[in-house]
Amino acid sequence: MLEISNLACSRGDHLLFSDLNFSLSAGDLLQVQGANGSGKTSLLRTLCGFMMPATGEIRWCGQNVRELGDAFYAEMIYLGHLNAIKDELNALENLRISAGLAGCKVDDRQLIAALRRMGLRGRETLPVKVLSQGQRRRVALARLLLSKAPLWILDEPLTALDVGAVGLMQELIGEHLVNNGMVIYTTHQPLEVVGVATRWLALS
Amino acid sequence: MNKLSLIGLLSLVIRRDLVLAMRRRADVLTTLIFFVIVVSLFPLGVGPEIDMLRKMAPGVVWVAALLASMLSLGRMFSADYLDGTLEQMMLVPQSLSVLVLAKILAHWMVSGLPLVIMAPVLGLQFDMPAQALWVLIAALLLGTPILSMIGAVGAALTLGLRGGGALVSLLVLPLCIPVLVFGAGAVEAVVSGTNVSSHLSLLGALLVMALVFTPWVTALALRISME
Repeated sequence: MLEISNLACSRGDHLLFSDLNFSLSAGDLLQVQGANGSGKTSLLRTLCGFMMPATGEIRWCGQNVRELGDAFYAEMIYLGHLNAIKDELNALENLRISAGLAGCKVDDRQLIAALRRMGLRGRETLPVKVLSQGQRRRVALARLLLSKAPLWILDEPLTALDVGAVGLMQELIGEHLVNNGMVIYTTHQPLEVVGVATRWLALS
Repeated sequence: MNKLSLIGLLSLVIRRDLVLAMRRRADVLTTLIFFVIVVSLFPLGVGPEIDMLRKMAPGVVWVAALLASMLSLGRMFSADYLDGTLEQMMLVPQSLSVLVLAKILAHWMVSGLPLVIMAPVLGLQFDMPAQALWVLIAALLLGTPILSMIGAVGAALTLGLRGGGALVSLLVLPLCIPVLVFGAGAVEAVVSGTNVSSHLSLLGALLVMALVFTPWVTALALRISME
């Protein structure tokens, strides 16, 4: 479904990686590995179209993602280093807006259910300002529960999460893969999903 | 496929930005109070000669509106940029230009519209006749959205730069000169008894042109800033 061929990426004059080839099909879990500065985030941002690849092509279902544009964006969800939540709003409002922007038609019941599943029971209507880093991350991750997008692109999803939440993430990724989803992620923490063989992609 | 309608996207983003502005009321009030203070300083500075005040009123109000709108430009995209929301907005499966247009409209409602409402009160300080006040409101209604739109391009281009606040003023202020000329010109025309409609028509034409081009240019500038 997602095919990457001969991809090269550079930041300024510095070439981060080149000749990268891989593909991802339904049910695949791919972990991007590499030292700090090896281009993991740049790779994920290139997949999202924030950065132009120096050379190479990214294809979704056989078509170049640049040509697909919105049709590709409707089928993917990206979670970056930044949580993309607003301090002034509460968890429920934040989730309602981000789900709305992604085009998910959800009602408040589903939003609250998603927040509760992320372990935020009783925190739904508190301003995000008063939540801890880990709880903010959970608010951001709750978007994954509402999205129907098959492709998840997760950049360090486990930062600031406690053991319980890491377990929950493994569970969520497992469920997503069972439903023919695809996940590409970076992490420095161990993440094991039961019953799925993780593929590795090493950037050097 | 999950997709928002254009109208749905517009109203969602406008509502979001208005709620955020209401929770950060201090920012909105700063712009308005700045406008009031700058306009009020002129009678104190140049003295109470009523003829001179009447003559310079339109120019003073317009220049103050221009400067006040510069104050709020920095906030248009920077908060969303810093907390990652802007990244998510670029991934919205819908035209980025429409989303940008929604942000511009919300920005105008928060920073431009209060100036329009406040302007007649300030005009009274300068003893402007009632007829001139009406033209002032009409010209500001047409002109302040243009300031927000041109400002959006500058704000998007300077996103993430150090000292972007000063730079955006240097970029945007020269481009706002036509708005200033026709806006203040309309009020002067009504005072001197000549035809007002030509000035207002030109402002309207500028507004339409800005409405067509600036959201698109701003979207392009945002994509460049995100790299």
